[in-house]
Amino acid sequence: MSKDGTHDLELLRQMLRIRRFEERCVELYSASAIRGFLHLAIGEEACAVGVFQALGPEDAVVSTYREHGHALARGISMRAVLAELEGKVEGTSRGRGGSMHLFDAGARFYGGNAIVAGGLPVAIGLALADHLQGRRRVTACLFGDGAVAEGEFHESMNLAALWHLPVLFVCENNLYAMGTSLARAQAETDLALKASAYRMPAWAADGMSVRDVEDTARRAADAVRAGGGPYFVELRTYRFRAHSMYDPDRYRDKAEIERWKERDPIPALVTELTEAGLLSEATWRAIQDGVQAEVDDATAYAESGTLEPVEDLTRFCVADADADAGAEAVAGQALAESRVP
Amino acid sequence: MTTTTYRQAMREALRDALRRDERVFLMGEDVGRYGGCYAVSLGLLEEFGPQRIIDTPLSESAFVGAGIGAALGGMRPIVEIMTVNFSLLALDQIVNNAATLRHMSGGQFNVPLVIRMTTGAGRQLAAQHSHSLEGWYAHVPGLRILAPATVQDARGMLWPALCDPDPVLVFEHGLLYNAEGELAADAPVVDLTTAAVRRPGTDVTLLAYGGTLRTALAAADDLAGEGTSAEVLDLRSLRPLDTATIVASVQHTHRAVVVDEGWRSGSLSAEVSARITEEAFYDLDAPVARVCAAEVPVPYAKHLEEAALPSPGAVVEAVHHMAA
Ligand SMILES: Cc1ncc(C[n+]2csc(CCOP(=O)(O)OP(=O)(O)O)c2C)c(N)n1
Ligand SMILES: [Mg+2]
Repeated sequence: MSKDGTHDLELLRQMLRIRRFEERCVELYSASAIRGFLHLAIGEEACAVGVFQALGPEDAVVSTYREHGHALARGISMRAVLAELEGKVEGTSRGRGGSMHLFDAGARFYGGNAIVAGGLPVAIGLALADHLQGRRRVTACLFGDGAVAEGEFHESMNLAALWHLPVLFVCENNLYAMGTSLARAQAETDLALKASAYRMPAWAADGMSVRDVEDTARRAADAVRAGGGPYFVELRTYRFRAHSMYDPDRYRDKAEIERWKERDPIPALVTELTEAGLLSEATWRAIQDGVQAEVDDATAYAESGTLEPVEDLTRFCVADADADAGAEAVAGQALAESRVP
Repeated sequence: MTTTTYRQAMREALRDALRRDERVFLMGEDVGRYGGCYAVSLGLLEEFGPQRIIDTPLSESAFVGAGIGAALGGMRPIVEIMTVNFSLLALDQIVNNAATLRHMSGGQFNVPLVIRMTTGAGRQLAAQHSHSLEGWYAHVPGLRILAPATVQDARGMLWPALCDPDPVLVFEHGLLYNAEGELAADAPVVDLTTAAVRRPGTDVTLLAYGGTLRTALAAADDLAGEGTSAEVLDLRSLRPLDTATIVASVQHTHRAVVVDEGWRSGSLSAEVSARITEEAFYDLDAPVARVCAAEVPVPYAKHLEEAALPSPGAVVEAVHHMAA
């Protein structure tokens, strides 16, 4: 805990932003402003907020379809995220991707991947590029417990370890892959133990404690950055809501959900900071008001956003002849420069 | 006759197959406890138990491959892949093993396996959940590719597919699950080899399958209002194609429009068009037309997704264009 609590208050505020944002998403889904699949991470906010404390702007992020919290914690504007969810041009991906496909080149946020484990090999490649160029950057790759069963997980873990690549693997283990519990999907349910078989340090952290997540992620990310090769962090967490808005959530015991809700990371931190004398009633009120204002602002922004003209439908399939010519030239020049000895 | 949904019809087909043959089992992600991601197999675990309704981890390549192995081992597996988009993780098993084992073994082995999966767009699920890749599979010798578009076919195609000594892929369009239709109590076994005329007509043939059958039928309604009589042909089997029925229809309408939710280039619609050109060229009064998905990954935004997919309006326009 920082002495004056400034950092802890910021962690609290970040978690609340994600929570209130996603609660607003539920309302907007009911109002049909958001469609398609919508996966919420309510209950898992400590994971996103804790992990992103450990990354710098130079680091890369590869995420999944349950990534609103990752995007917000990464610093991508709430306005752009919500506009994306509403299919507007002002969105992170011009409305082409929706909830599952948030992208932001400036934030080195490489998506938003809706194929389970599909992001892992890409993270390996981003790290390989850094490795080959001698850059000290981390590629953080986030995925769920379900991904651990896929071949792409195992192939990627091996490559990362074999080639000693700067990847921070972050498994958000919320105990379920849709309706399938971890115990029904894995012979070895200790995922950190499993990861360590690839010969990389693997640690488990309490995913309901933002402080524990931050501490673990920092130690791991620092080690990766220092050239220690890949690290694996398992965050033990839980989603309070259904898998997606389509999911009737019939496979879990309601009592189990209630038990986990008692460990809600947000009230837990509020209590802790209040007891430590670092959070006054007034400060807490101010944090909540600030977050509410940001969510309202993002809602108004997304609502007033524009739809991409239908004539542009087939754009962004490959480089546009005129529009992207500039970008290509830049890439070409960078390539030429990199060849200079 | 009872009214039932496509989903219920498919479930009834699964139940029937599981009852008829104890070698049949269903395997896939969330097919048991969860009841299937589209609720097709809801209740089957309770009825048949965990030996016959097997939940798998997220391991498409491994459990599809396991289906192939189980078929070699004398079982009659039905493997469900949540959607065709995820079947790409199992593409190696399907193409390099299921489709080729009979041939590579000089006829010693065969793979009596059925793989079911959802296909298609229309629910704003964006690029990684919306593609129609059945045309790719129809490219591969050794596979039979089915696209049940009606409640009757959803009910009737599974059993003959299980009786096929070779691998069969069944594509279920995601928008069809809630579609309703009439089903006879003693539904006849359907044959897997023929295309079906869903609406007779005289002026133009609209060739469709799976999700686009509804598009074609809606277009035929609109065309009828203008005095154009469209015949609607449901391909049903994408491999092998029933070329004879296709050609016979075109020979009496003299015009053809192929409606396909796959992309145009290198597509199933291209194959259908080529067969018509090869076998009925001199019967045509106009070049074959195609209405396909726009050549772009399916976008999330509703207006863009709609614009990317074949619509009745686009079919009508294609017909107008050939008449002009
Ligand atoms: C390859 C693949 N198979 C199946 C799916 C369907 N699906 C989407 S999310 C999901 C569960 C994934 O669970 P997990 O990795 O634990 O992440 P969580 O949803 O719990 O965050 C499944 C089965 C998919 N998107 N991709
Ligand atoms: Mg999970």
